[in-house]
Amino acid sequence: MSDVTGGIDMDDETEGVVKKFMFLNRKAPYGTIYALESLEVVLISAAFDQDVSLAFVDDGVYQIVKGQHTKGIDQKNFSPTYRALEGYDIEKLYVDKDSLEARGLSEEDLLVDVQVLDSAAMADKMAEQDVVISF
Amino acid sequence: MKFGILVNEGPYNHQATDSAYQFAKAAIDKGHQVPRVFFYHDGVYNSTRLTEPPQDDRNIVARWSKLAEEHNVDLVVCVAAGLRRGIKDEVLAPGFRISGLGQLVEAGIQYDRLVTFGD
Amino acid sequence: MLHIVNKSPLERNAVDTCLRLATKGSAVLLIEDAVYAATKGSAVSAKVQAAMANLKVYALAPDMEARGVAGRVMEGVNLVDYNGFVDLVAEHNNCQSWL
Repeated sequence: MSDVTGGIDMDDETEGVVKKFMFLNRKAPYGTIYALESLEVVLISAAFDQDVSLAFVDDGVYQIVKGQHTKGIDQKNFSPTYRALEGYDIEKLYVDKDSLEARGLSEEDLLVDVQVLDSAAMADKMAEQDVVISF
Repeated sequence: MKFGILVNEGPYNHQATDSAYQFAKAAIDKGHQVPRVFFYHDGVYNSTRLTEPPQDDRNIVARWSKLAEEHNVDLVVCVAAGLRRGIKDEVLAPGFRISGLGQLVEAGIQYDRLVTFGD
Repeated sequence: MLHIVNKSPLERNAVDTCLRLATKGSAVLLIEDAVYAATKGSAVSAKVQAAMANLKVYALAPDMEARGVAGRVMEGVNLVDYNGFVDLVAEHNNCQSWL
């Protein structure tokens, strides 16, 4: 993770406002940079004391599968960062049940504790957000 | 109403930045404010002054610079995403500045809506 | 919620997943390549048509015109321009982009 995070500026307009932020992840890791760079936003958001959650839908569920060994493709394995989120008080990780099943995956295949939601529950969760950031 | 905009893709390769611009322009014309547009992922490429598109095509970078100048839109390029892609202060077009992801989160907190344009 | 989808329904599953995860009464705005989902007679037309029972579906007219498919728009799809796009974002409490 890059340490260059300049720009955090808790000015008066931000102080005290708590919004529900959802970070929507729908893409697989490594084939594109979205998974990695979205995590960087999530980590920054931790500094703002917002009500943060992550949603893993479609190929996004692949971001948190166990056993990622990236030496052969010479990319950084950033999957351990999902486990570190808890230390930043980011604990709401929602996984779309249909997306898991369509990929032959189960909760056991995931490297971090998540809440698996069916379509109706995930839909409701999304609808109640103030801000949804998609990557 | 205050709209924040997130642009995830670079100029010409994807329509994202065009859609974002048209949205921003329409919002401003309707009397809304677009205080900030944040450029992330390949969106950082929207800020390069080295762009030289064909004469008969829209100049995406210049268009953003003009919007910034005329309507006080803060065009923010993510420092980390920029560094990865070689976008630094010395190549920025007018109206763009480099800053951190905090500016994106802040936009989400402070403004009424945040719209993402990407791939 | 306003759901904004921009990828073609036969290229990506964004339209599909969006329709599955949009709550009843939500609005779906199709922009860029997603406007193909608003056309008649395609492999996804029936699915989009069925979704209209629970969702309000909009398509960005300039994107349909650019792609030469404005004449093929399905019954029940509301065409809007960029002003309408802005109005939709303003009118809904929140919005989400399906990329």
